[in-house]
Amino acid sequence: MAIWDYANPTRFMRLADRILPWLIGICVIAFAIGLYKSFFMAPEDYQQGDTVRIMFIHVPAAWLAMMCYSVMALSSIGTLVWKHPLADVSAKCAALIGAAFTFISLVTGSLWGKPMWGTYWVWDARLTSVLVLFIMYLGLMALWRTMEDPIKAGKAAAVLTLVGALNLPIIKFSVDWWNTLHQPASVMRLDGPTIHPDMLVPLLVMAFAFSVLFFVLHLRAMQNEVLRRRVRTMRQKAAASARPAAATATTQPAE
Amino acid sequence: MDPFDLGPHAGFIIACYFITISVVAGLIAWVVLDRRQLNKALNELEEQGIKRARGNQAQS
Repeated sequence: MAIWDYANPTRFMRLADRILPWLIGICVIAFAIGLYKSFFMAPEDYQQGDTVRIMFIHVPAAWLAMMCYSVMALSSIGTLVWKHPLADVSAKCAALIGAAFTFISLVTGSLWGKPMWGTYWVWDARLTSVLVLFIMYLGLMALWRTMEDPIKAGKAAAVLTLVGALNLPIIKFSVDWWNTLHQPASVMRLDGPTIHPDMLVPLLVMAFAFSVLFFVLHLRAMQNEVLRRRVRTMRQKAAASARPAAATATTQPAE
Repeated sequence: MDPFDLGPHAGFIIACYFITISVVAGLIAWVVLDRRQLNKALNELEEQGIKRARGNQAQS
């Protein structure tokens, strides 16, 4: 079945209803395993002690912050190039979730930074570019709210989203391009991860759990957005059918 | 290894997990409450006799 077959919102709603219970189950199990491994199996770091446990939520949240924006960028291409009816729905619904994960990564990073770096915040490339990402999410959410017509808002937001996607490589490579307090990549490297498997496995399980959580929330939010547009159309239909009657009622006394 | 002894920086670790759980709970509440509200609005419109275009089936 081609992706175009899911352009029909009703078919998408039915498919999402079928997938969601499975995804929720996988998500709960993955979080249970991930949290157990993070607190009961992963050892303390020889330098950072127990604060390394912040990594098990900070790193997946940071990955998800970027993944959400990548989903929005791909959806924006779908909106502008293929005019897929669910593409702008997908982009709009990923924005709040992405903003939430970016917020988590900024706050947990800040709380991790205080005991390790001696400060909650520094204006270095990695932290600043992630803050810019957070502001981009808020700006896009504001843009969607300023336009009443979701199709027009979707197109405007798609252009802005694609411009903002330039920030993604800056975030990823900021630790290589500039001097920063933030450590360089230690998992996604060409020469393999530099983290010991005792810490890497819980981290990957938590990253998987967070990713599934994103798909659950995203699918559910997309279903809600489809319903919101149905409600909007029905209200417009009701208003349109009420208008001639109201016009007749107002003109009658004058006759 | 005692998982309940988080060392001298326990406050930072607990704060991180607490904030994360709160934000995730907020997201879950957002999708659940939004759905409830939309279903209510759809039902009210259907009770008024307003039909959906192309006769799509109602979603739960």
